[in-house]
Amino acid sequence: MNFEIPNFLPAVPEMFVLGMACLILVIDAFLPDSRRDVTYGLVQATLVAAAGLTLWLMGPETVLTFSDTFVKDPMADILKLAVYVTSFLVFLYARPYLMERGIHKGEFYILGLFAVLGMMIMISGHNLLTLYLGLELLSLSSYALVAFWRDNSRATEAAMKYFVLGALASGLLLYGMSMIYGMTGSLDIAVIAAELVAADEGMNVPLVFGLVFLVVAIAFKLGAVPFHMWVPDVYDGAPTAVTLFIATAPKIAAFAFLMRLLVEGMGPLHADWQGMLIILAVLSLAVGNVIAIAQTSIKRMLAYSTIAHIGFLFMGILAGTDSGYASAMFYVIVYAITAAGGFGMIVFLSRKGFEADQIDDFKGLAKRNPWFAFIMLLLLFSMAGVPPTVGFYAKLAVIQAAVGAELVWLAIVAVVFSIIGAFYYLRVVKMMFFDDPQEGAEEPVQPSGALAAALSINGLAVLLLGIFPGLLLSLTHYAIIG
Amino acid sequence: MFADWPILSLLIWLPILGGFLVLAAGRDAPHVARRLGLAVAVATFVVSLPLWFVFERGTADMQFQELASWIPAFNVNYHLGVDGISMPLILLTTLITVVVVVAAWESVKDRIAYYLAAMLVMEGLMIGMFASMDAVLFYVFFEAMLIPMFLVIGIWGGPRRVYATLKFFLYTFLGSVFMLVALVWMYIQSGSFLIQDFHALQIGLTAQILIFLAFFMAFAVKIPMFPVHTWLPDAHVEAPTGGSVILAAIMLKIGGYGFLRFSLPITPDASAVLDTMMIVLSLIAIVYIGLVALIQSDMKKLIAYSSIAHMGFVTLGFFLAFYIYSNTGDWEGASLGIAGGMVQMISHGFISAAMFLAVGVLYDRLHSRQIADYGGVVNTMPWFAAFFVLFAMANTGLPGTSGFVGEFMVILAAFKADFWIAFLAATTLILAAGYTLWMVKRVIFGAVANENVAGLSDMNRREFFLMGVLAFFTLLLGVWPAPLLDVMNATIDHLVAHIAQSKL
Repeated sequence: MNFEIPNFLPAVPEMFVLGMACLILVIDAFLPDSRRDVTYGLVQATLVAAAGLTLWLMGPETVLTFSDTFVKDPMADILKLAVYVTSFLVFLYARPYLMERGIHKGEFYILGLFAVLGMMIMISGHNLLTLYLGLELLSLSSYALVAFWRDNSRATEAAMKYFVLGALASGLLLYGMSMIYGMTGSLDIAVIAAELVAADEGMNVPLVFGLVFLVVAIAFKLGAVPFHMWVPDVYDGAPTAVTLFIATAPKIAAFAFLMRLLVEGMGPLHADWQGMLIILAVLSLAVGNVIAIAQTSIKRMLAYSTIAHIGFLFMGILAGTDSGYASAMFYVIVYAITAAGGFGMIVFLSRKGFEADQIDDFKGLAKRNPWFAFIMLLLLFSMAGVPPTVGFYAKLAVIQAAVGAELVWLAIVAVVFSIIGAFYYLRVVKMMFFDDPQEGAEEPVQPSGALAAALSINGLAVLLLGIFPGLLLSLTHYAIIG
Repeated sequence: MFADWPILSLLIWLPILGGFLVLAAGRDAPHVARRLGLAVAVATFVVSLPLWFVFERGTADMQFQELASWIPAFNVNYHLGVDGISMPLILLTTLITVVVVVAAWESVKDRIAYYLAAMLVMEGLMIGMFASMDAVLFYVFFEAMLIPMFLVIGIWGGPRRVYATLKFFLYTFLGSVFMLVALVWMYIQSGSFLIQDFHALQIGLTAQILIFLAFFMAFAVKIPMFPVHTWLPDAHVEAPTGGSVILAAIMLKIGGYGFLRFSLPITPDASAVLDTMMIVLSLIAIVYIGLVALIQSDMKKLIAYSSIAHMGFVTLGFFLAFYIYSNTGDWEGASLGIAGGMVQMISHGFISAAMFLAVGVLYDRLHSRQIADYGGVVNTMPWFAAFFVLFAMANTGLPGTSGFVGEFMVILAAFKADFWIAFLAATTLILAAGYTLWMVKRVIFGAVANENVAGLSDMNRREFFLMGVLAFFTLLLGVWPAPLLDVMNATIDHLVAHIAQSKL
């Protein structure tokens, strides 16, 4: 038997993160509660170092390793970098929130780091099993994160919902994968694609049957309508620090997951999954934007806004062109950065014993702290897609992909719903700038040093990326098209 | 010597960065904010003067061009340039901004640094929009200016400001997103976002009509045309004086500019097919909105409706072209109509600015915009009354004022198209006289109405200066419009020659 030593080099960042996660787990067990900052610092350092490793290994070529179950290509590199950056921001925003509530525990960061590892594997999976393992590592960490504030009944309830529905989605995914395996005889993404090209007409029905399950599972994980019901409940119920986490970086990983499965694996069935994604996209845009208007909780509002953004993301992918995939990738990265800032603002306004999770809590922010009202304004206009913020270019890119695929009607549907969406973002702006602060909350607010700096950078990044969008757009084009 | 300087970039970024500087330096020091704001506005105005003097007449080419790569992935460039249509509008913008900054001197008391910063940023964005040769760049400026305007109306506006500003934002946003889809579609066809490449694009009639309607949504809302005009009276009434001036004097012109830059040259055949609709809507704006203006009891609302009626002349002048051609067989009348619309836009910029400032002068003193609260103002404010009557006359189109020139040219062009169009257009001379002079009679003349009016003090030097500047330009353009026409002629002739070629 010919036994070959695999090429470990492409997977060095993953191995590093795994090693560090185990090490920090041990170190954390020996730390007194007062020194949790050590865990925090180590986790952040791990992310920075992993980014360094990824940058060091970055290259234009596609490398397969571990018997072709793992792939490192430009898309993987850039998406991983985006995951590190958003996770870094998220941990930074989460820390003051956790400390004020007395739940500043090592588990948060360690579970977060394992989730990051799961995302990295999803991004680099080149085999149905690797992809599934990455997804499960992410999901299990997320369930635990949502539940980790044990004394909070709402968080526990949210975790329960999340777990049951997530397990259902995983089951559907496995079922779909087994159908695909049965028809093509392989778990390898590239082999599946080759088999599909060679397949004759007769194979189509069971293949499409399997495809439906894959699409449903992906829609579940991303929170696309009609598989979205868990999103508002979990976002609302989870501690804000956790919502911050599950609403941002995992979407980047889910995008990669979708790319690997549908585009690289099931690419020859594009005509079939395009129709499914169109339905999901239109429904997500409609339901997300319309229901968001009725929300009074800002976390629920942002949850529905996420659903609407997923609709836009699908628009880029279903176009089925390289520029469409690049635009979707741009969209998801922009979304993650903007959403991190948006949830970060909720953390900033929350205090000990007070959750700023109602939209009304933003009233009069311009009088309490004009600078951060301006930052939130930038974030909201970016979500609404108003130039000169970066959100506009994300929408421009996916609209261009849809129009390029001769789906002008879909582009028009999308822009109509984005006008409806503009209303609820504007309503928050209105409360910040035009209304007076609520009673008992008139005093100025000032976030702590690190949070203030990070939020400012986050908000200004949304503006600067909007004034100079060329670099990030070129990066995503390079990642997909080469 | 100025031709190689990046004047346009300077004109865009000087006020934007200056605005942020005003914010940073003047947040807690209103005096610093005012002086700095004025310095930035005046500097921008001075920088814009070379445009007028160096501009080469007699050519339709884009001048003062600047080109830099911006978003290579989409072939989007930072491409600036001006021609005879956009250059006068940029000068109007820089001049009006100076007026607005001075007008805010004492009348804006709350957070003046933010107010001036918003105005200056808006100035930069509007200039950027007029100077863009790239469609994405145009769109970015076009949309971005909604944000400062949204805040200006919402923070410094009247009692119903929140309703008004949300309506303003959503209306204009609704209009412009369809334009975005149309622009992207043309990019897919032509592979470039350069507006001139869009002009050269051959498009079938169905597609042209759809594109025309998308542009129509964007620009008709901005102008605004009947029936999407309802945001304007609300926005004007609630906006602070400076916001009203910017809205009326410059923002409304963006719609007219868009028709000339996009709709006519990109979709000439659709414009020819749909010109009846445009003419009918313009005439409704002129006649019906004129009648609506008659019954207003709020001065600002009256002037807002009068603005809509006057902008009806602009769109009428632009879209008469095809009618005239099919009647007379030559394109000369078409140039007359378009030039008339352009002159009307510039002239309306001065007159509406002056009218809103005049209402602002009264409002600062008595905090009322109701006509019924005034009467006999001439007795206590003679200088103010003189200016007010002058601008009211200009608003009705009295010969010798700029209001006459544009309206006369458009009516003349209308006669070449159809007698009845000209007849209906000319009713404005009666209607405008009706609503404007009736307001003058009730506000300015008669016996002193109440003790508030009796206690009024006349304009101070600052207000006198503002009125004087605007009066000067209104009269100058009225008696000597030739220099302005000279600047525009080549561009308009080129435009008419372009739309004479069918794209089918």
